[in-house]
Amino acid sequence: MSELTLTVMRLGFLAVLWLFVIVAVQVIRSDLFGTRVTQRGSRREAGRQQQAPRQQAATPPPQRGQQSGGRRGRGAPTKLVVTEGTLTGTTVALQGQTITLGRAHDSTIVLDDDYASSRHARIYPDRDGQWIVEDLGSTNGTYLDRSRLTTPTPIPLGAPIRIGKTVIELRK
Amino acid sequence: MSSTTNPPTHHTSTIGAIGAPSRRNTELALLVFAVVIPVFAYANVGLAIDGKVPAGLLAYGLGLALLAGVAHLVVRKFAPYADPLLLPLATLLNGLGLVAIWRLDQSKLLQQIHVAGGKATNQLLYTAMGIALFVAVLILLKDHRTLQRYTYISMATALVLLLLPLVPGLGADVYGAKIWISVGSFTIQPGEFAKIVLAVFFAGYLMVKRDALALASRRFMGMYLPRGRDLGPILVVWAISILILVFETDLGTSLLFFGMFVIMLYVATERTSWIVFGLLMSAVGAVGVASFEPHIQVRVQAWLDPMHEYVLSRTPGVTGVHSDQLQQALWAFGSGGTLGTGWGQGHSELIRFAANSDFIFATFGEELGLAGVMAILLVYGLIAERGIRTALAARDPFGKLLAVGLSGGFALQVFVVAGGVMGLIPLTGMTMPFLAYGGSSVIANWALIGILIRISDTARRPAPAPAANPDAEMTQVVRPS
Repeated sequence: MSELTLTVMRLGFLAVLWLFVIVAVQVIRSDLFGTRVTQRGSRREAGRQQQAPRQQAATPPPQRGQQSGGRRGRGAPTKLVVTEGTLTGTTVALQGQTITLGRAHDSTIVLDDDYASSRHARIYPDRDGQWIVEDLGSTNGTYLDRSRLTTPTPIPLGAPIRIGKTVIELRK
Repeated sequence: MSSTTNPPTHHTSTIGAIGAPSRRNTELALLVFAVVIPVFAYANVGLAIDGKVPAGLLAYGLGLALLAGVAHLVVRKFAPYADPLLLPLATLLNGLGLVAIWRLDQSKLLQQIHVAGGKATNQLLYTAMGIALFVAVLILLKDHRTLQRYTYISMATALVLLLLPLVPGLGADVYGAKIWISVGSFTIQPGEFAKIVLAVFFAGYLMVKRDALALASRRFMGMYLPRGRDLGPILVVWAISILILVFETDLGTSLLFFGMFVIMLYVATERTSWIVFGLLMSAVGAVGVASFEPHIQVRVQAWLDPMHEYVLSRTPGVTGVHSDQLQQALWAFGSGGTLGTGWGQGHSELIRFAANSDFIFATFGEELGLAGVMAILLVYGLIAERGIRTALAARDPFGKLLAVGLSGGFALQVFVVAGGVMGLIPLTGMTMPFLAYGGSSVIANWALIGILIRISDTARRPAPAPAANPDAEMTQVVRPS
């Protein structure tokens, strides 16, 4: 084997190895998924490719539960954000599913909070697509703004829901 | 995932992914890339050594591709939302390890001392077993939270695994370090498996106890000082790791377990003071044990002055254990330079014993140079990063802690081995994950990647399945409208 071929192969191998690393980093860059750190400002640019179907009301979602809120248009919340407590920064996309909160391991959001019951509360859309919070008979109660919940109550956009030391709110 | 068409009146509709990308195709593309790179390297080694493309190229490439393909299909089926990078990164490292082991198999010198020769075939077999365990983890472990039930069983298992090498007749003393057990003709390193089991125990334990460890503390000089009695757990783990150091004389295992606990303790409590305590305690422990344990002293001597050891090992009439390995490894790194000598053109076989296991990183250092070593370290870094990213995305505290523990332990092991081979810290008997020759290491690390993929699948699943369905239905009935 000639010296030249071997040199070309040696440098070629290093180039290919680095290309792999760079491609892997590119995948991470565009891979914004699941929970995200609470973002400021232009959130649409960063994860447009992945987040678009979830975040943009303009894209018709293939799920009718969300469509039912169509009359409410762009005012409908699209995600649930934890703003206080140990899970601060966690977001869950609202897609028409029921979200359960509590200390039980199979809750949608597992609260690690001494003041929370194992099945504490749930959040779900009613038939008009309005999101409702309901206390599931918890010991220490669920608070919307300052008032303790006794019946299932519609959640205004941005209103704090307090469970023990955890505060969550719905955002667009 | 099918999108259901539930009537909008249902509150508890089960829905699948809406548009959330599963990124399985990205994974497949990267996986193809990760198989092609080692095949290229394999051809390169053959051309450099014999001047022709090695005969086994096709079989070898197909073998690796088959294993990677099986792993990919299982991920596609059982963990469709898993992180797309973990599998290709691990496959690349495993493939490069196979090439380096095969390359050392060609060395006449290593064949004479029975360190090399046919080892690559064995390693491919171990890889197959590792992938089999990876597949088993993904199929059997439907939800990582079930591991939480086995918190204290894990503790017992881990202790047994750690103590096994000390059992007379079972433990094997391999060049001073007692971290092996021999069953029949096989030798197993139980510490590799204990790493995973311990992470499960620490995660389950700290999840329950973390409030007590985080909240009850006084503030002193900008640091939270824990109460005396809260120091209990860290002292126990410290004592056990010191015992490992004394009785198994293995600095690496000891450092790995204590370090993993400190990392998880810090993540669970958010108190910097634990890191300070951990560093102080490990420094005190290491220095204390080194003052009376001869095997450790030899390692420290070799670390402080490798050239002296090299000269002693070459001087006739000098007794005692003197090894020129570290000096040879340092020369290997040095002669590699920036771009390396190229595959198959280095002389890392001069390291002789353990050239293809503990010291395999020196082969990469010599033949791929600084550029290659940095790329490989970055790949390790990316695996750790994906693990920590998984922990951030996980919704349950147990999953968070487990992911941090596993990726932290993985990163720590890379640091301990790479640092040891490069002369940054005293050398230990651990193996470079995926690269080094050794069944236990490859199999255990594939299981580790499997658990991380399982956690990342749960974390990335766009709409968490509405749990407690019967419960929700019941409340739905009594809901006043």
